[in-house]
Amino acid sequence: MKLKAPETITFTTSGFCPGCGHGIAARLIAEIVEEMGLREDFIPTVDVACGALNMDAWRFDTVMAAHGRPIVTAIGVKKVRKDKLSAAYIGDGAAYAIGMAETMHAALRNDNVTVIVMNNGVFGMTGGQMAPTTLLGQKTTSSPGGRSAKKQGMPFDVAKVLGQLPIAYLARGSLDSPAAVEKTKKYIKKGFEKQMNGEGFSLIEVLAPCPTNWGLSPVESLKHIREKTRAYYEVGEFVDRKGEQA
Amino acid sequence: MAKLKLNTERCKGCGYCVSVCKKGALSQKGRLNRKGYDVVEADESLCVQCGMCYRMCPDYVFEILD
Repeated sequence: MKLKAPETITFTTSGFCPGCGHGIAARLIAEIVEEMGLREDFIPTVDVACGALNMDAWRFDTVMAAHGRPIVTAIGVKKVRKDKLSAAYIGDGAAYAIGMAETMHAALRNDNVTVIVMNNGVFGMTGGQMAPTTLLGQKTTSSPGGRSAKKQGMPFDVAKVLGQLPIAYLARGSLDSPAAVEKTKKYIKKGFEKQMNGEGFSLIEVLAPCPTNWGLSPVESLKHIREKTRAYYEVGEFVDRKGEQA
Repeated sequence: MAKLKLNTERCKGCGYCVSVCKKGALSQKGRLNRKGYDVVEADESLCVQCGMCYRMCPDYVFEILD
C-alpha cells in the first residue's frame, strides 16, 4: 500500500496549532477532489476563521467570504459556474451563529451546494469563546463556570433542525480515530457527488478537536471527542434522498 | 528497504500518530526540529505499513512507501 499526501496540498508552513483538525479535513477534501478528477474544477469558499488558513494549504482557486457568509458566496459561485464543484468550508461559529440565517435559508431553498462544517465547540481564532455548539458544563474563556442550560440554552444540534427539511444529504463525521476519519471522508465524498448530480443542499458536520482552546493535550482532546462530544452529538447519516433531483 | 518516509520538519509533535500506532513503532524521544517541536521517530523494524499514522496526521508528515 502506498500512501502520500495529495499533490493539491502544498507544504508551506501551515498556521494550525499542533493537533488541529483542520489539517486532517484539508487532506480529506484534497484526496476526494483528486479521486473525483476535479482538481481544476473545485472552488472552495472559506470563512474568516481558522479554516481560512486552508487557503495556504490548498492549491485550489479559493474564495474568502465575509465572516459568516461562505454558504451564500458558494451558492453564488455555483450559480455562475454550474459545471464546477462549489463547497463552503466553515466552522461552527460561521454556520450556526453569525451565519445561521444563511444556513437555514440555503437548506430551505435546497440550493445545490455542499457545506462542510468543522464543529469544535468554540470560536477558535478569537480565543476560544463559547459557541452555540459548546457542550453543557464545558468551560470556555467566555463561560468560565461552564455552560449551563438555564443561562445559555442547549447546544445546537444540526441533525435535529435540518434533519426535518427536504435537503439532499445531511451527515456528521468525527476525527477522533483513523476509522472515524475514513468514514468522514466517505460522507464528504457523498456530499460532493450529490452536488455534481444536481440533487441539492448537502451538509456534512465534522467533530474536530481544538486542543489549544479546550486546554487539553492533542491526544486528550481526541478522548474528549470520543467520550463527551459524541455522547451529545450523534455520528452518522441523517438525511439521504437517493438520486432525487432538486 | 525503507517502508516509511518521515518529513519531520513539518511535524508539530501532537502525538496522534504515536497514540494510534498499534505496533508501537512510533515514539517521541525529545528530538527537536527547527521549529522546536518534539518530533516523531520511527522504528521501521516494527512497522507493518497499516497507514494509521498517515490517516491521523494533521501535518502530512508520513509517506508510506511501496
